[in-house]
Amino acid sequence: MTAICFDHVSKWYPRYQSLSYGIKSSLLHLSETFRSLKRERVRVLEDVSFRIEKGETVGLIGPNGAGKSTSLALMAGVVEAETGKVVVAGRVSPLLELGAGFHFDLTGAENIVLHGVLLGLTRREVSSKMKAIIDFSELEACIHQPLRTYSSGMIARLGFAIASHLDPEILLIDEILSVGDLAFQLKCNAKIDEFKRQQVTMVLVSHAMDHVQRLCDRVIWLEKGRIVGEGAPSMIVAEYEKSAQLRHVESRPSAA
Amino acid sequence: MQSPSIAVTHETKPRDVYWEHLWDLVVILTQKEIKARYKNSALGYVWSVANPLLFAVIYYIVFGQIMKVPIENYSLFLMAALLPWHWLANSVIAAPNVFLANATLIKKVRFPRNVLVVSYVLNEGIHFVLSIPVIAGFLLVNHMAPTLTWLAGVPILLVAQFLIVYGIAITLASLNLFFRDLERLTALFVTVLFFLTPITYSSAMVPDSYRTLLYANPVAPLIESWRELFMHGQLSWLVVGTCYLSAFGTLLVGSLVYWRMSSKFAEVV
Repeated sequence: MTAICFDHVSKWYPRYQSLSYGIKSSLLHLSETFRSLKRERVRVLEDVSFRIEKGETVGLIGPNGAGKSTSLALMAGVVEAETGKVVVAGRVSPLLELGAGFHFDLTGAENIVLHGVLLGLTRREVSSKMKAIIDFSELEACIHQPLRTYSSGMIARLGFAIASHLDPEILLIDEILSVGDLAFQLKCNAKIDEFKRQQVTMVLVSHAMDHVQRLCDRVIWLEKGRIVGEGAPSMIVAEYEKSAQLRHVESRPSAA
Repeated sequence: MQSPSIAVTHETKPRDVYWEHLWDLVVILTQKEIKARYKNSALGYVWSVANPLLFAVIYYIVFGQIMKVPIENYSLFLMAALLPWHWLANSVIAAPNVFLANATLIKKVRFPRNVLVVSYVLNEGIHFVLSIPVIAGFLLVNHMAPTLTWLAGVPILLVAQFLIVYGIAITLASLNLFFRDLERLTALFVTVLFFLTPITYSSAMVPDSYRTLLYANPVAPLIESWRELFMHGQLSWLVVGTCYLSAFGTLLVGSLVYWRMSSKFAEVV
């Protein structure tokens, strides 16, 4: 069964920055403003098609600005494609970066409720999972302390503990697995393996190639908004690393 | 292996769970704002009343004592308008920043974004409700007392004001993502609106040539209604009707702007 399907998807971002210069200048030169809005569009994805099956773990790799995060945003449903179709079947849970969706004056426990509800659970669902989340985070001792007293590793633990108890069907992971101390990382890895066994679909954006190789069943390599490679992690990662090496060599000023 | 055609995109929640979740979002976000304010200071409640109180003292001295505005019970007259005004002003001034302050959430999580504005306006509204006893205190000091009409009048005006403030706030919050200057303009706009609204004076004092300004002001009937209710226990249905007309107008503008722009929020925030 298909969990995520991109069908000839293209995505442009207008250069809204030109508007943000100021309301005055954009109003004074209204026609110019509209023209520049139409003209100055940045292509982020162009004619991208792929399918991700239920239970698969797929890595998105590529240089900065290749369209990886935009692909995740399309999957999460926070932006819309200009052309083409994005179909997602199942409850999508994004794993947020450090501290997002938290409030630092609230306690750990209050933040669990806040974060859980923001990510799509009802309060009843959160309270039924509260104990499991606290146990997983191993933060019982300070769960009633305000979050600002936590270290960044502890906040990361809390975030992962909540996300992993959302019963996600599709989990979107953007560069945040290397959090917490070593013991907690092992726990995270074990949880992710458990997700794999439970047939949770996972999409992972990462620059850590060892992570990608270890976790993913398949890798999609994006470059400038297009798919340039797709297949087994070992093969695609090797090719991507080769191309990155090449680019590095080319970009060095030649001595000769 | 066959791949079935999937019609459902992103919406898998059944209807009742959807509404329960929406309600929970509003409650949790409002609680967050309130808790955050009170956890930072032991004097949280005092602060939310002290601010309008301070302004009342200033206006009382400047307009009541120095310029000798011919209004009876001028301190009460000021408080009865300043407390609801502060709900409006605090919400509107904060509005342009509401979405920007939640940029990461908006970029990553799919949820109805207007909930952020709803809960901010509610939070300020709850502070206003908590300050109503202060007005009752002012009445008692002036040998007056709250009347039974408050029981009906307060909820009627609360709803009207919530709709008006939400309408203005959601417009500003949405537009500010595209025109970042709006934040500065808003502060000016609120100052101008303050003096165009009958807060330090009564609408009866306004000369005929300036009447149109009063009629064009979407919050003037609201503030006047509060004061009539608090001071005399009266509600004019005509003025209340005008409040709801104004609520309908601001809500319409706000909703149009929001629905038009919300699909682009994640791209520009």
